[in-house]
Amino acid sequence: MEKRFIYADNAATTCVSQKVLDAMLPYFTTAYGNPSSIYKLGRDAQRDVEAARVKVAKAIGADPNEIFFTSCGSESDNWAIKGTAERLAKRGKKHIVTSVFEHHAVLHTTQYLEKQGFEVTYIPVDEKGLINPEDVRNAIREDTALVTIMYANNEIGTIQPIDEIAKICKEKKVIFHTDAVQAVGHVEINVHEQGIDMLSLSGHKIHAQKGIGALYVRKGIALPNLIHGGGQERNKRAGTENVPAIVGLGVAAEEAVKNISEKAAIITPRRNRLIDGILKLPYTRLNGDRDKRLPGNLNISIEGIEGESLLLMLDMNGICASSGSACTSGSLDPSHVLLSIGLKHEVAHGSLRLSIDENVSDEDVDYILEVIPKVVERLRSMSPVWEKMMKGEKYE
Amino acid sequence: MLYSEKVLDHFSNPRNVGEIENADGVGEIGNAKCGDIMKMYLKIDNGIITDAKFKTFGCGAAVATSSMATELIKGKPIEDALKLTNDAVVEALDGLPAVKIHCSVLAEQAVRSALSDYYTRQGIDPLPIVGEIKEPEE
Repeated sequence: MEKRFIYADNAATTCVSQKVLDAMLPYFTTAYGNPSSIYKLGRDAQRDVEAARVKVAKAIGADPNEIFFTSCGSESDNWAIKGTAERLAKRGKKHIVTSVFEHHAVLHTTQYLEKQGFEVTYIPVDEKGLINPEDVRNAIREDTALVTIMYANNEIGTIQPIDEIAKICKEKKVIFHTDAVQAVGHVEINVHEQGIDMLSLSGHKIHAQKGIGALYVRKGIALPNLIHGGGQERNKRAGTENVPAIVGLGVAAEEAVKNISEKAAIITPRRNRLIDGILKLPYTRLNGDRDKRLPGNLNISIEGIEGESLLLMLDMNGICASSGSACTSGSLDPSHVLLSIGLKHEVAHGSLRLSIDENVSDEDVDYILEVIPKVVERLRSMSPVWEKMMKGEKYE
Repeated sequence: MLYSEKVLDHFSNPRNVGEIENADGVGEIGNAKCGDIMKMYLKIDNGIITDAKFKTFGCGAAVATSSMATELIKGKPIEDALKLTNDAVVEALDGLPAVKIHCSVLAEQAVRSALSDYYTRQGIDPLPIVGEIKEPEE
């Protein structure tokens, strides 16, 4: 078996596509004007920033003046949540609804707000990693300022019932924000049709560079200014625009939403082959609903082994993947997402996330399915946990 | 995670993996909940550790520290093994990331746990010789 290099961690980041890079390059050396400058070089830069705004808006069904460029998805989340909280607290609304398995950009922001005197309701998710919209309805109170629920989960890829949640929020007249960092480019999004009030997206998940993101804010919502200074981003986020990155995001967003279903038709069967192949191993389970999930995502728990060891061994075989083990989370606890769907700690430690795109070929899938059983067998052969499992002993 | 070449070497080619049948001392430390378990087997002859083997469930550092710990005590008198510190394991591996230092403590404690078992089997109270075995905090 010849060693391959397979990037199967597209939920972590993606490469900058050639098309995006080509679009960006002139803005470093020749079209380097400051969009605020009066002369042509500046005006051209401004024109191109606005053209990118149109593209990003179009990709999610928004109007261009509803798009604000930020530095990343986390910034967009922070701005949407803290900004709304700050604004509505003045009207006595100091309650936020979110879910237990949000990205930390949301969770740590709501935890911060709790320290500032806000109350937060964390909606549970079921064992398939899905939120029940009725739980959102029941959580909304008179003083609820905001509901923020992720579009698709970053670890287990489950796609949430966003339309239903948006509808409930509209009925209850509560602002609805969604972190769609993992969803944009993988599922069709139309914020106006779906009734989404605010949406965060990130460039580097869709083949733009790292360090660029955007926040959609529905017209009529007066989000407080994030950075005070110049008049950039309609006074809301001062600072000279990152023109190359913004232009790149425009192209990336345009490309990402092209042929979503065609891409899914290529990726999904390969992803399913990976799921079925890995699940042939004993003591494995798929985490998250099998159908309501992002086309490229699979997350499987492999009992008796620990995730970081698995990742290191896969890396030695040229496969880039991710895990929810404590060792990869930088704490003693495994992923809060895996615990939220009811996994025991010891099972969550042995989780593997692969997030493939259309560049992961059928041959790559074959290769991954050849490598994983060997690596798992090797790690299990040296695992005292596996030994006990095989003897039928408890290992907690 | 920035692992040294030596850590990666001991992870990808761990020394002394396995079990010893009729071991003279067996120790286990850690729990699956916190993500690391080490099981250490020792063969002891005339006060000399003639063989040491391990099985580990855990991250790259957990495997590498177990491997290095067995290397450091194999062929040595018990007295030397009792003096094995986690610092010595870390040093022998050319360092560990700060968040992984607890793995080296586990390796040290796995050795002590196996030695404790050895003394118990000999009918000797291990506590005054080996001291308390520290289980990792959950």
